[in-house]
Amino acid sequence: MANNYVSDRRSQSIESRALKVNTRGETLKIIGKKALPYGLVAPSLVVFIVFMIYPMIYMIYLSFHKWNMLSDKTFIGFSNYTKLFSDPSFLEVVMTTVKFMVGTVSVSVILALILALYLKENTAINKFLQSVIFAPYIVSLVSISFIFMWMMDSDLGLFNYALNLLHLPTVRWLENPNVAIYSLVLVNVWKGVGYYTLIFISAFQSIPPYLYEAAKLDNASKTKTFFKITLPMISPTLFFITLTGIIGGLKVFETINIMTAGANGTNTLVYNLYQYGFQFHKIGYASAMGVILMVIIGILTLFYFNTLSKRVHYR
Amino acid sequence: MNQSSKLKTVLKWILNILIFLIFFVPFYWMLLTSIKSLGETLQFPPTFLVKTPHFENFKNAFEAIPFLKFTVNSIVVALGTLFFQFITVVPAAYAYARYKFKFKSIFFGATLATMMIPAQLIFLPVFLLFSKWGMINTYWSLILPYASSAFGIFMLRQTFMQVPEELIEAARLDKSSEFQIVTKIMLPIAKPTLVTLALLTFIETWNNYFWPLVMTTNDTVRTLPLGIASLRMVESGINYHTVMAGNVILIIPILIAYFFAQRHIIEAFTYMGEK
Repeated sequence: MANNYVSDRRSQSIESRALKVNTRGETLKIIGKKALPYGLVAPSLVVFIVFMIYPMIYMIYLSFHKWNMLSDKTFIGFSNYTKLFSDPSFLEVVMTTVKFMVGTVSVSVILALILALYLKENTAINKFLQSVIFAPYIVSLVSISFIFMWMMDSDLGLFNYALNLLHLPTVRWLENPNVAIYSLVLVNVWKGVGYYTLIFISAFQSIPPYLYEAAKLDNASKTKTFFKITLPMISPTLFFITLTGIIGGLKVFETINIMTAGANGTNTLVYNLYQYGFQFHKIGYASAMGVILMVIIGILTLFYFNTLSKRVHYR
Repeated sequence: MNQSSKLKTVLKWILNILIFLIFFVPFYWMLLTSIKSLGETLQFPPTFLVKTPHFENFKNAFEAIPFLKFTVNSIVVALGTLFFQFITVVPAAYAYARYKFKFKSIFFGATLATMMIPAQLIFLPVFLLFSKWGMINTYWSLILPYASSAFGIFMLRQTFMQVPEELIEAARLDKSSEFQIVTKIMLPIAKPTLVTLALLTFIETWNNYFWPLVMTTNDTVRTLPLGIASLRMVESGINYHTVMAGNVILIIPILIAYFFAQRHIIEAFTYMGEK
């Protein structure tokens, strides 16, 4: 019994000694375990900070300076901003951007809703048409711009040929300053409408069928069912699509760059920013434009995340 | 079948064909123009069929610009971007899905917020940054800004969170390291998500015109979309038959991928909208 006691003590002391030896390794292990998640997220955070967050701060800094990349930067306070807001050509650029955005988003959303209602049943032909109308979305906007530029050619284009056939007056699609921006809207609608349609279709499919059964029992008309059930149920999707559409419209570059080079009343914020930065080398002035764009996108983003978190809560 | 439902079927088919044509004709017009002769492209009214296809347009497109170089650049940039995204996205997604740590929600929120920052907003300061580092006209200026993907982290995290806890516990009992858990359990389960994300990144990189345009001042690392755009500058006036031949080459890999992995691609692009 005594023997047992001694051996117990001994093993205990061995254990405690082992514990002491291990402490350093253990602490390192614990630190390692604590640091591990930071190490795992660090590479991605470095990329976002260096190439997204820092550039935005740097752009704000540059917007208070005058700089043509050759001489030194000179601090000029808010001059770039006051100059921007008193420049009638900049106000025109803002108006063009709004026209383009509102045009693209409203036409895309309405067309997509109609197409989604028409194609929502899961038949073979509908599935085929769904993949056909989605295809332009994954094709380079450069290619699409060239194809439409060719079809919209005033003298040799397919569009004016079709108008000829119908005995309608031809249109100078990309040369007429009253028309050109809407021609670009048409191109972007054609590219994006399939994407919006597919999102609407999946939103329709997530509406619980019993709602429609109840409407049927009440003898509700199709129009009434659409406005009282379908539309409210897909309103989060509608909101999402409108916001992504607005941001998507704000950043459109390729169509303008290739089809009109900003001429004939098609100069938008992003294109103007590109011209001032890369062609005229007015870095400070371009940065001020960038900051304005940033504020617009920032407000839209806040709005978006705010609604998104409410939506998650609601679900 | 009565009269009115017959009429309805006919109307429906007319509408179906109309929708098909609206989305098909521009592609057909591209293909057709790419095998027309210069003379045929200048005809009005235009012809809708080609008697003798002029495949030499493709040869001309190849010879007018350093086509092979542009293609190689496109592939290098796409593969480089995929590689870097894989090594930054997988660990981050795993950490956000499986660990609790301080500042996690701030980091994750900031990551999601970067999704809303378009390249068209920050290209000027990023260009200045790269020119300070002497990295303009290198692959790095095209790859590094896209070396991680907030959307990828978000989507992969969702997948990782769905992996049952018991599987991971069992692996821990088997004395598997965290690294082994990721490579032996998480990645095989997340394979469909990874394929979807890879397709998305590939398509976006392949189609990207804006970023390579603003980050380059010569042809050294320029990619295919820029090459196609420069085809129009070859002679006075736009030679649409040559441009369309180049266009066909740019579009074909994407359409082939779309044909084989349609569901994956549609899912990848519409994922955000469905959440």
